[in-house]
Amino acid sequence: MSIVEDAKQAVQGAVQGAMQKAIQMAPDSFMPGGKPDPLIRQQHGHIGKPISRLDGPVKVRGEATYAAEFPLDGMLYAALVFSTIAKGRIASLDTDAAEAAPGVELVMTYRNAPRMASMPLFMTSEKACGGNDLPIMQDDRIYWNGEPVALVLAETQEQADHAASLIAVTYDADHSITAMAAAKAKGTEPGMFMGQPLQFATGDAAAALAAAAHRVDETYTTPRHSHNAIELHAATVAWQGDTLRVHDASQMVAHTAWSLGHVFGIDEDKVHVTSPFVGGGFGSKGLWQHQVLAAAASKLAGRPVRLMLSREGVYRIVGGRTVTEQRVAIGASEDGRFDALIHTGTTAMSRHNVLPEPFIVATRSAYAAGSMALDVEVAYLDMVANTFMRAPGEAVGTFALESAIDELAVAMDIDPIELRLRNEPDKDPTTGATFSSREVEKAYRDGAERFGWAERGAPGSRREGEWLIGTGVATATYPYYRMPGGAARITLRRGGHATVDIAAHDMGMGTATAQTQVAADRLGLAMEQVTFRYGDSTLPGVVMAGGSQQTAAIGASVMAAHRDLVTELLKLAGNDSPLAGLDVDEVVGVDGGLAKTDDRTRHESYASILSRAQRDEVVVEATPPAPLETMHWSMHSHGAMFCEVRVNAVTGEVRVSRFLGSFDCGRILNPKTAASQFRGGIIMGLGLALMEETQFDERNGRIMNPSLAEYHVPVHMDVPAIDVIWTDIPDPHTPMGARGVGEIGITGVGAAVANAVFNATGKRVRDLPITLDKLL
Amino acid sequence: MTPFTFTRAVDASDALTRASDVGARYFGGGTNLVDLMRETVEQPTTLIDVTGLSTTIAETTDGGLMIGAAVTNTALAEHRAVRTHYPVLSRAIVAGASAQIRNMATVGGNLLQRTRCTYFYDVEGSRCNKRQPGQGCDAIGGFNRIHAILGASPSCVATHPSDMCVALAALDALVHLSSVSGTRTLPLTELHRLPGEHPAIETMLEPGELITAIELPAMPMAARSAYRKVRDRASYAFALVSVAAALEVEDGRVKDVRLALGGVAHKPWRAFRAEAALRGGPATVAAFTAAAQVELADAQPLRDNGFKVELAKRTIAAVLADLAGVSA
Amino acid sequence: MSITVNGLPVPLPSDPRVSLLDMLREDLHLPGTKKGCNQGACGACTVLVDGQRILSCLALAVQYDGRAVMTVEGLAQGGELHPLQAAFVEHDGFQCGYCTPGQLCSAIGMAAEVKRGVPSHVTGDLSAETIALDREELRERMSGNLCRCGAHNGIVDAIFEVYAETEAAE
Repeated sequence: MSIVEDAKQAVQGAVQGAMQKAIQMAPDSFMPGGKPDPLIRQQHGHIGKPISRLDGPVKVRGEATYAAEFPLDGMLYAALVFSTIAKGRIASLDTDAAEAAPGVELVMTYRNAPRMASMPLFMTSEKACGGNDLPIMQDDRIYWNGEPVALVLAETQEQADHAASLIAVTYDADHSITAMAAAKAKGTEPGMFMGQPLQFATGDAAAALAAAAHRVDETYTTPRHSHNAIELHAATVAWQGDTLRVHDASQMVAHTAWSLGHVFGIDEDKVHVTSPFVGGGFGSKGLWQHQVLAAAASKLAGRPVRLMLSREGVYRIVGGRTVTEQRVAIGASEDGRFDALIHTGTTAMSRHNVLPEPFIVATRSAYAAGSMALDVEVAYLDMVANTFMRAPGEAVGTFALESAIDELAVAMDIDPIELRLRNEPDKDPTTGATFSSREVEKAYRDGAERFGWAERGAPGSRREGEWLIGTGVATATYPYYRMPGGAARITLRRGGHATVDIAAHDMGMGTATAQTQVAADRLGLAMEQVTFRYGDSTLPGVVMAGGSQQTAAIGASVMAAHRDLVTELLKLAGNDSPLAGLDVDEVVGVDGGLAKTDDRTRHESYASILSRAQRDEVVVEATPPAPLETMHWSMHSHGAMFCEVRVNAVTGEVRVSRFLGSFDCGRILNPKTAASQFRGGIIMGLGLALMEETQFDERNGRIMNPSLAEYHVPVHMDVPAIDVIWTDIPDPHTPMGARGVGEIGITGVGAAVANAVFNATGKRVRDLPITLDKLL
Repeated sequence: MTPFTFTRAVDASDALTRASDVGARYFGGGTNLVDLMRETVEQPTTLIDVTGLSTTIAETTDGGLMIGAAVTNTALAEHRAVRTHYPVLSRAIVAGASAQIRNMATVGGNLLQRTRCTYFYDVEGSRCNKRQPGQGCDAIGGFNRIHAILGASPSCVATHPSDMCVALAALDALVHLSSVSGTRTLPLTELHRLPGEHPAIETMLEPGELITAIELPAMPMAARSAYRKVRDRASYAFALVSVAAALEVEDGRVKDVRLALGGVAHKPWRAFRAEAALRGGPATVAAFTAAAQVELADAQPLRDNGFKVELAKRTIAAVLADLAGVSA
Repeated sequence: MSITVNGLPVPLPSDPRVSLLDMLREDLHLPGTKKGCNQGACGACTVLVDGQRILSCLALAVQYDGRAVMTVEGLAQGGELHPLQAAFVEHDGFQCGYCTPGQLCSAIGMAAEVKRGVPSHVTGDLSAETIALDREELRERMSGNLCRCGAHNGIVDAIFEVYAETEAAE
């Protein structure tokens, strides 16, 4: 079937238009997810139980080993020197003092760095994951303020750091563009995201807006953000013969192995990347120059190398979320239905990465509108390559969209929830696809009741002492993704123990715990009988922990492998088994073996099957079908975010006093770890709303607060008890009925807070973060 | 971090002897100096550990308190006499940093904290007259939301980051100093300098001079004192503006007042002008607001910190109103 | 010159630049204590010195001669988790686990401070002899320990269960 053959390309955006339409029009049964995952029906297994994370004891004992915690014999410590201009050339480079400093083994600069290819840029091919595609210490050119220009290796970190401080660099600066206004003045270009233009138009939105009975038309701005995972980026590397061994902090081990292989001109199977524990990722733990530099220096020195970036180093070389300027204009008829929905604007990016912050992506499927105009324009700056950060697009796009809807609701004197529900679409507004599952209304109704939304007052009407109190609401949304590249191996042993192997990741999302529950249910085993192995590039699959897609990618891969396993087991069981004559669609894993789905008395244990077949184990590996479901249906999670703030009338300080997230993310596999994912996203959203900003000095493109003291993330005192509820309605078209939960939490929060601030004070802040100076 | 030798002083005179090296620095809890050394902002050749100096808090003969320079911030904040007689000081200390840092940081070291100006910290990439006299100041024209609105100069717009010092400034604290040539005391308000043309020189300390103690004079009115800190997050952030105040009201009039501001200047800012405007006047919100206006009359905001002028006025008025028991 | 780490005497580093944090992680191979900023801004490196919580990244190891250091590795008694460790697991007081050792040590130090009556920024009455550890006190006192995964609620619940509810019950 040509549809399936072309699917991979289609999903990557290489095939557009007609193919997408063909997939959309094809029968459901042709699609992955066309037949619901049998696990959706199973209601009494491990899925849905609030099981504590399996790696919890190891983590609380301090025995979880992170990338910088693998001591290797003869290991050297690295330190970096960063450029101080945005563009130009190195004019002079004096490394003498550093080379002569105690303990120094090597100083690496463009003069002596090994010849290396640039990193293959993220998403430009299946396994490419470089944060930028610039030469790495290959010549004297400088591309951004903060680029590594020298690396020191020494016997101790103290010696390396000191020697790095002795390196003197001067520059010949070229004209650079580091200010947004200057970049825009040079002209903008349409943004491309995952192979598709970030543009959409239907009808004459401008005319409809002009003619609308009610309208809002405002500009919203969001600053740069930094992921600030508490674990510093680090790599401990060694060349073992012709193999490069990398202990990395990674949310993409297989991609990293392939991409590093490309850089060093070796096969991907000569690069072994592991990442058993990752101290937070949020999009940042990919391949940046530090892993390459560590490997290059290790090669030169002939010794293992540890490179742990300083906090400043993380800011200098690992990109964050970039700045956006967004216009949202909505024209509505008297009954509140949208005649026009315009969401356009500009984002800054470097010329050396692929991500124009796609702030319109949530808008594409959010509301029905008579006409729409969506557009992301890109202004190019000389700056560190920006990148994916938790819910790229949605996190900041929903701030603008959902603030504007609140403004319209105020203008029309309609309840903002009611206004949103009046514009619920019955099919995807931009693709026309059927929704796989969409329970926005239920999320709102359940949330409103639990939060006490009905008690909301008019703007500025509630006050306790100095504190003005207000509530606000906004929609959260994030798509279901499943990227190509999944594969899993199941090893079932005669003793009834199964190992599931997949090159996936757990940076704290609870992946390993939830997937152990899933695998146990699928196999009919106890949790203790299942081992889930991950975080190793030699395992099957190319599974990125990104786009909230791991649950689906792993789920589909294990489903495929499981199907092969059952097929093999039925073959081994033969004619002497109670299972004789049954095919793969007629049996389920239960009680340590297989049974006929509708007659559990026809059961044989795995031990029995394998014994009779004189096998110690069965090993299967399989890849799932291409993710056509994402084009056939419109697949999105939603949430209703309710926020109560207190704004100090004297000082303008904003404190969030209550927050409720009411989510519709399909079936929740593990309520304990999923709740933590929701809360974690919401708390990062509170940071986005109230305090986070990477200060980018537009005079020279230098980040000026590369520090956790001066870049504020929420502290305990900023975080109230956060209530989370969910519909738990399975999506019939996804593995396990689940959709990802990792990113949706941050979406909608900025607007929920801003809308609450308006309700408290009557002041509308359209520029994040909502710091107190904007409310004085 | 540049190499250095580490020595431990057994007492003040031992410390002074060891401090004769050029490049020697006294070292307390290390909470600021270690960070600055790692950034190479500071490159001492010798560190003299002075945490062996006095850690006692004792009542003085005239009813005040003598606080050893090596007393930790936590120990000072939790001390009964401080909590009872100088609550503003306890409040200011626990509003600062984190508990872990307060457990390490000494009183003497807190006085000598250096600015959080991000251009000051950026040794490689930014110009700073404080680090390198005559180099220029990149904070002017850059991100200066946290910078000074009072007493700054074209050379430097940095602020002093301490909370504790703001309370000490309000409390007429005296700083006891020791050097090879003898001892002296200096009012806390005269310890720190305004930047002028020499922002690198931040205090009136002579080379090698050691802070040995802080003395709080008896101040009965300080039993009714308060500290209010306004910041960008609810905890663990430096002040945008802070106000330390003690107020004595009699028959609806201000009998006496102490007022100091943090986050607005190169030094803990004692609001002498506001105090003068307040003394003898009515204890009303209008009068408090007017006094705040007087203090901020010469404020010179930069690109990003104009809000501090209004914020400081409001916070002053609110703190005084609260102490006076009148509603804003 | 020596220092005691989790009950065992260990020599101090010869290079005075070595922080207590790096001594633990690199010299003693006790990487449970984490480096998140190396600048006193995140709390991941919190350890207990003579029972007091401090930031090991801002501590020069040489200054701690003769002192007793307790790290996360010293909390569990053999196979048995410290009650706070168990509560963190039960309440999901972490995700990635990187800030966790610091949160644990910090909470233990905090509990001792509360018992001693050390006031905090949110303590209402400075003259009070005892301080009740309510959730607001707890949040303020733990604010020196950042968590980027957003496990704050679970952390607070875990600490509250171990140090507020049990003491209230006593």
